[in-house]
Amino acid sequence: MNEIFQQLVNGLALGAVYALIAIGYTMVYGVLRFINFAHGDVFMLGSFTGYYLAQQVTKWIPLPSWSGWMLIMFLTMIICAIIGIVIELLAYRPLRNRPKLTVLITAIGVSLLIEYTCQHQAIFGASQKAFPKLLPTGNFTLGGLSFNTTQFVVLGVTLVLLTVLTFIVKKTRIGMAMRAVSFNSAAASLMGISNSFIISFTFGLGSALAGAGGILYGMTYTGIDPLMGVNVGLKAFVAAVLGGIGNLPGAALGGLVLGIVETYAGGMSGMSTYRDGIAFAILIIILIFKPTGLLGSKQIEKV
Amino acid sequence: MPEFAPRLKQAFGKCPAKNTAEIKPLPQSIREGRHGKCCCIQKLDFLDSTPHSRHILMKPLSLISSAAATTVALIALGLSGCKSGSNNTIKVGEFASLTGKEATFGGSSHEGTLLAIDEINKAGGVLGKQIELLTEDNQSKAGETANIVNKLISRDGVVAILGEVASSRSLEAAPIAQPAKIPMISPASTNPKVTEVGDYIFRVCFIDPFQGTVMANFATKTLNAKKVAVLTDAKSDYSKGLAKYFKEQFLKNGGTITSELDYNGGDKDFKAQLTTIKGSSPDAVFIPGYYNDVALIATQAKEIGLNIPLFGGDGWESENLLQVGKEAVEGNYFSTHCSPEDTSPKMISFVAAYKAKYNKTPDAMAALGYDSAYVLADAIKRAGTTEGSKLRDAIAATKDFEGVTGKFSLDDKRNAVKSAAILQIKGGKFTFLETIAP
Repeated sequence: MNEIFQQLVNGLALGAVYALIAIGYTMVYGVLRFINFAHGDVFMLGSFTGYYLAQQVTKWIPLPSWSGWMLIMFLTMIICAIIGIVIELLAYRPLRNRPKLTVLITAIGVSLLIEYTCQHQAIFGASQKAFPKLLPTGNFTLGGLSFNTTQFVVLGVTLVLLTVLTFIVKKTRIGMAMRAVSFNSAAASLMGISNSFIISFTFGLGSALAGAGGILYGMTYTGIDPLMGVNVGLKAFVAAVLGGIGNLPGAALGGLVLGIVETYAGGMSGMSTYRDGIAFAILIIILIFKPTGLLGSKQIEKV
Repeated sequence: MPEFAPRLKQAFGKCPAKNTAEIKPLPQSIREGRHGKCCCIQKLDFLDSTPHSRHILMKPLSLISSAAATTVALIALGLSGCKSGSNNTIKVGEFASLTGKEATFGGSSHEGTLLAIDEINKAGGVLGKQIELLTEDNQSKAGETANIVNKLISRDGVVAILGEVASSRSLEAAPIAQPAKIPMISPASTNPKVTEVGDYIFRVCFIDPFQGTVMANFATKTLNAKKVAVLTDAKSDYSKGLAKYFKEQFLKNGGTITSELDYNGGDKDFKAQLTTIKGSSPDAVFIPGYYNDVALIATQAKEIGLNIPLFGGDGWESENLLQVGKEAVEGNYFSTHCSPEDTSPKMISFVAAYKAKYNKTPDAMAALGYDSAYVLADAIKRAGTTEGSKLRDAIAATKDFEGVTGKFSLDDKRNAVKSAAILQIKGGKFTFLETIAP
């Protein structure tokens, strides 16, 4: 019984990271109708940004500490936002009016470029690095369950970031513009909304969340390497589709569902090898019965 | 030009014999290289001389480009002619995981091999020739090795292959070396299946049935463990094999296996599996995996409050385990091939030479890489030739070889029979605990 609850906490912490990344996929899909496959690598770059920043920050603010951690989180999110905007500017903007397939393949190219460039010995190197301790951590037991404080930090941060994001999208002018571009970009530009600016902003916002996800992931699982974004990015993409691609709460829900299912499968004797397989099987089942995903709405394709 | 592509493909793919007659006359010496007709120049030349390709290519611009192509081909021919023509060296191929997941293993064994080859060459080489080591990186990826080994054998014409640490990837290379009758010596692949591929495949390390037995006895006797959980890397032949032999012996010793879980090498989240293991309350956990995963497993085990000894096999031995695992791996045990703390004269001189060249202490993989090169050189000397079958027989006859990793012979299954060392992680270092003889 204890184990079931403990796995739930494990699953929620994993799912929270998936949710943060899935939102980036879903937002870009919302405004541009294509999957930015390099998003998982922005997440990886977020982890490495945190890794290198920690070495600098610790000179001023000794780590692990809350203030140092917050500074690293903040800087990483900004750096990742810039990375996201630059990727869009260099790789996707020149192809804005080309067929979607061209952009999709470019996205895969950008992803591979980042992964293999970073594996070079002069950049990050291929071997796994230990993510530094940013926060004072401890284990505590509650009702016979033992928890790690990091897991609660991950859940808390995710919750805060999702709230802020919802506020931006729902209550601000720029959020309204984002929704307008997503709804009908031609009409939005006729109303004086700069499509290019909104698209850059969307990339920046999504990448900042991926960067935060990278830090949280590094804190939870402690090992980072240049290929870590591949698997996590793929899972987050699945989470976005599971929740209904283009739908923000859907992406968050999809991430949590995927994280929990995966963790339960991983904890079962004889099933643990198939944890990824089970996650994808669930995706297929849900999509058979609800092709738009959990929270997705039907879209009418104009011909 | 839509029809261009299929024609080009046809031209390159098949090279029909009737068309070879139409090749523009080239000086005989160029066309025939030193090893008979060179295929690539025929094909390129034939491309712009056949009737249908002519009407595609013979426009002013393409004339220039075809001339350029011919030049490139000529240069390529010249280069490859030089390469395959030099008979002053003995070519030995090596494939290793120099980058990617198991990069520190590949790096260590490669450095060991390189050191040995350098020493051999400085001492005059073998059969009066220098050994030329051609090293290729498989990036620790499945599928890459087959390409590399094919290239080493068919294009570079190596006389023997050295490699690699990971059993999964040695198992990719072995079925290519065997039919080509090119002897292959693996420095550190411990899965028994590797040498079962055929009589041209050897290794200079012990095999997992032995290592699994050693660790099972260690768990029973030294750790006094009655109940053990096993966490296996389902992607790795090495890990699965070692887990299997461990379980067999541990059950024979009267122990029980509380839970068996798997992960996929390269995973980052192990909390799900560890939570279940914790729930089954074992005395110790056997983790026959590689260092990169083990470091994370150990850290996450501490985080969920699983404070029991962890132990594993030679896949643990890497500086990276200490760097990533830090205090979480402290106090845990693993079996390996040798310890740099060994006081045999061979080991002392090897450690000194290695330190002088690379400025760091060698690990077991480096020692095995070193031994594999020396076993090969020794066999070439005894065979007096580099011809495949004779070289194979000479390697198979290796007996009482004085290696860095101890004195060993190759048995009739082409495996080295030697003892294992058990190390413990203490004070952020690998410290020698005990040796277990076969």
